[in-house]
Amino acid sequence: MILSMVAALGLTLEPQNIKCAKLTAKSKNYISRMKLFETLRIPFNGGFIEHESSGRFIPLRVIQDTEEKTQLIKDIIPLLHLQSEPEQAKTISYILTELVDNVLEHACTPVGAIICAQYYQDSNCIRIGIADTGRGIKKAINQSHPASTHIDAIQLALWPGITGTTKREGGTDINAGAGLFFVKSIANVNRDFFVIYSGSALYKMLKKTTNPNGILTLNSDPFKDRHSKNNNLPFWKGTVVGIDITLDQTKEFLFLLQAIRKTYSKAVKERRKARYKAKFI
Amino acid sequence: MKNISLLSKAGSFAQNKDIARDIRTQEIVPALERNEDIILDFKGVDSATQSFIHALISEILREYRGNVLEHISFKSCNEEIKQIINIVLDYMGE
Repeated sequence: MILSMVAALGLTLEPQNIKCAKLTAKSKNYISRMKLFETLRIPFNGGFIEHESSGRFIPLRVIQDTEEKTQLIKDIIPLLHLQSEPEQAKTISYILTELVDNVLEHACTPVGAIICAQYYQDSNCIRIGIADTGRGIKKAINQSHPASTHIDAIQLALWPGITGTTKREGGTDINAGAGLFFVKSIANVNRDFFVIYSGSALYKMLKKTTNPNGILTLNSDPFKDRHSKNNNLPFWKGTVVGIDITLDQTKEFLFLLQAIRKTYSKAVKERRKARYKAKFI
Repeated sequence: MKNISLLSKAGSFAQNKDIARDIRTQEIVPALERNEDIILDFKGVDSATQSFIHALISEILREYRGNVLEHISFKSCNEEIKQIINIVLDYMGE
C-alpha cells in the first residue's frame, strides 16, 4: 500500500525533481524488484545485480484503461503463483477488477491506478495496495450525495447501491455503486485487513471476532462493522485502498455471494422506504 | 431466438463492463425490439463480476420492466453466476 502511494505521488512529479534518500541494500533490492525506479523513470545506481525473483508478487503497475486492467487480471495467476488456488485467484481477480474500475471511472485522473501486490509467507497472505491521485472520494460522492466530511464520503462509498454518478437507486447503466461494498465484504467474511484513505480520512476495518454460531452477517453501514476511523490525517489527494487476503481462510466465493445478496437487497429496500415517505402536513 | 455466447466476447472471467454494455446495446436491445427471445449463454464462463452483470442487464430491466425476463433466458450458469444475476435482479426489482 505504501509503495503504491509513493509511486502515485512520484508520478505527479518530473523525474528530475525526485531525489532518492540513501537506502539500505535490502530496501534497494526490494524497491527495485517492485519496479519503483522504473515506474518513476529515475536512474538506479544500486551497484548490485538484480536477480530475477521467483517470489510471488505483482510489481508496481500503472493501469490507465480497461485493456491494461484485463492484462493485469490475466497476469495475476502466474505472478502470484495461484495456479493451484483457484478460489483465491478468483477472489483476488475480483478485488482488483473492482478497485481498478473505481479509479478509472471515478478518480478523473489521467495517471490512472497504481497497483502492486505481494505474498507474505509468515502470514500466508497477499497484500494488495492501489493508489491514485485523482479527485478523491468526497468530490466523487458529492456529485450526487451530500457528504460534508471525507469520512462521511467514505461511509457512503462503502454503502451498497450508492454511487457518485447518480442519485438514482440501482445506479446508472454501467455503475451500481457496489464495487467497494463487495471488496469490503470479501475482507469482512475472510476476516482480512481492509483500509481506505481519501482526503483527510481513513477507515480501517478491524478483524471480526469469531462468531460462535458460524452465522455470517454483513452490514450495509460500514460504521456498524468493527472499525477505526480518523478524519484529521494529512491530506491525500486521491484514494488509497489496502487489503490483505489471507490464503488459508479464504471462504468459498459462493458463500460470500449468498450473504451479499441478502444484505444488498435489504439495504436497497430500506433506502427506498426512507425515500418514499408520505409527507403529511 | 437469439443465442448470445458470453465466453467468446467476455472470456472465462467476465469483468469488462464496456464489453457488457456493447452486448446489451448492440445485441440484446435490438433483439428485444424485434420481439425475439434471447438466450444469454454462459457456457465456459467460470466467473463474472457484479459490475459486468449489472452493465449487461440492469438498464434492460429498468427500461422494459420485469416482464422482459420472459424473453431472456440465462443458460449454463454456474452457481456463482446465478447468485450474481440474482443479486442484480433483486436490487433492480425491489
